[in-house]
Amino acid sequence: MSDCLIKGNEAIAFGALDAGCRCYFGYPITPQNEIPEVLSALLPEAGGSFVQAESEVASINMVLGAGSCGIPAMTSSSSCGISLMQEGLSYMSGSHIPGVIVNMSRGGPGLGDIGPSQGDYFQAVKGGGHGDHRSLVLAPATAQECYDMMFRAFELAFKYRNPVMVLGDAIVGQIKEPVLRRPPADAPGAAGLEERAADWRLEGYGRRGPDATPRLLKSVYLAEGALAARNRLLQEKYEAMKAETSVACTDVDDADLVVVAFGSIGRIAGSAVRLLRAEGCKVGLLRPVTLFPFPEAALQQLAKQGKRFLVIEQNLGQMIEDVRLAVRGIADAAWHGVMPGLFIGADALLDPIRDALREI
Amino acid sequence: MSRYQDVIIAGFGGQGVMLIGNLLAQAGMEHGLDVTFIPVYGAEMRGGTANCTVVMDEHAIGSPLVRRPLSTIILNQPSLEKFQPRLAEGGVQIVNSSLVEKSALEPQRRTVYIPVNDMAHRLGSVKMANMVALGAWLKATGALPPEAVRDAMHRVISQHYARLIPANVKALEAGYAFV
Repeated sequence: MSDCLIKGNEAIAFGALDAGCRCYFGYPITPQNEIPEVLSALLPEAGGSFVQAESEVASINMVLGAGSCGIPAMTSSSSCGISLMQEGLSYMSGSHIPGVIVNMSRGGPGLGDIGPSQGDYFQAVKGGGHGDHRSLVLAPATAQECYDMMFRAFELAFKYRNPVMVLGDAIVGQIKEPVLRRPPADAPGAAGLEERAADWRLEGYGRRGPDATPRLLKSVYLAEGALAARNRLLQEKYEAMKAETSVACTDVDDADLVVVAFGSIGRIAGSAVRLLRAEGCKVGLLRPVTLFPFPEAALQQLAKQGKRFLVIEQNLGQMIEDVRLAVRGIADAAWHGVMPGLFIGADALLDPIRDALREI
Repeated sequence: MSRYQDVIIAGFGGQGVMLIGNLLAQAGMEHGLDVTFIPVYGAEMRGGTANCTVVMDEHAIGSPLVRRPLSTIILNQPSLEKFQPRLAEGGVQIVNSSLVEKSALEPQRRTVYIPVNDMAHRLGSVKMANMVALGAWLKATGALPPEAVRDAMHRVISQHYARLIPANVKALEAGYAFV
């Protein structure tokens, strides 16, 4: 298969299709509209269902409903639309229901603008919804990663019976790049994902024969000790998710300063690091690919080697807190913020990185 | 980074800025390069300029956005005002002389001042002004052989408009020959 030149949003849609997504529910919002545009045409052709819901609240509850039947389902939106979905996400975590949520975020707070922003980091990785709800969060930096991560998102959603969020922005959603479509032979596909739901999905009591026991997926636990037990289960699940932690590192081995940046800003920082390397600066890049679980261990290890850190993110200071927590007691981390809504190139990051290097 | 090239293409909405950006990226990809194409949406969507950035490199591309481009294709006056000051030192700008005042050009810039509207009109339609400009850019930068762009037209221009490809190839060649 040869490369095709498609947008990150289109790559999300093709990735979802190839990964086995059977249902899409969503409500339009810029800058992610190519996702429903592509899926509205191709998902029904592939035997799936596409529903333009009446709202984001309805969309996420439809995902919850399809997920409770063990069906690979997804929704996509942007920032303010994702805010509206938080109740549903919390119910999905509480009820152990899988689903994939794509947030091609926009500038905020409020209605903000349609430019690039990473202002939804806290909402994505700290739960967002009420209670101790967590989503697994993946952060693509390229159109190819948009495509590949949809396979991973559906796998992880069914592995952990939990919502998985793909967190992008206006840059990675709108960029056109070569993307290789290659449904991996080892991907489970729709049938494989549904097979994993065989022992819990709601499929009709009677259909499972006379000895079947009733199934109930719920997030309400009123009996004494019941909610404690539920939360203990969730805690174990969130702990187990740490096995999925993933980072992309460049030039860190001999670096004095490691830039930590994710998503679109991560790749732009990557260009800045390459330019500074050519000047002889000992800098590297650690790009978290999973934001929850956060790559604490990788950062700790680098801190123990004596490296120092500069977090660059397009918000007013969010991931910096997780980096400082990760390296606490060993090192500190400096911070450089890019204002949400701005389109920056690598040159805008050269001086901030040089300054941080000088201050080591 | 010997084959690294970037370009900001800017003009009025409707001048085919996004089309030649897409075409260039497609041609670059088919020529074996890594490419990125990104349209920049913002306040300039309404009334001012539409623009996109294309980056090509033999290595994996980091930033798809550039503050100081190595080259620009400027199809109208507001775009010149916006992007001429940002052109990198030693960079080249392709400027549409049909719509941009000569007095606005900074003399120290390497500029190809080419009447793309008039040339396209003589070739049959002013709508092909974008292709004339792209042809001039190909010659001025040497970034890709014009054949690569010509061939890529079949993937970028929809089947519905395929009959217009030969005329667009002529427009591309005319721009290439001008420089």
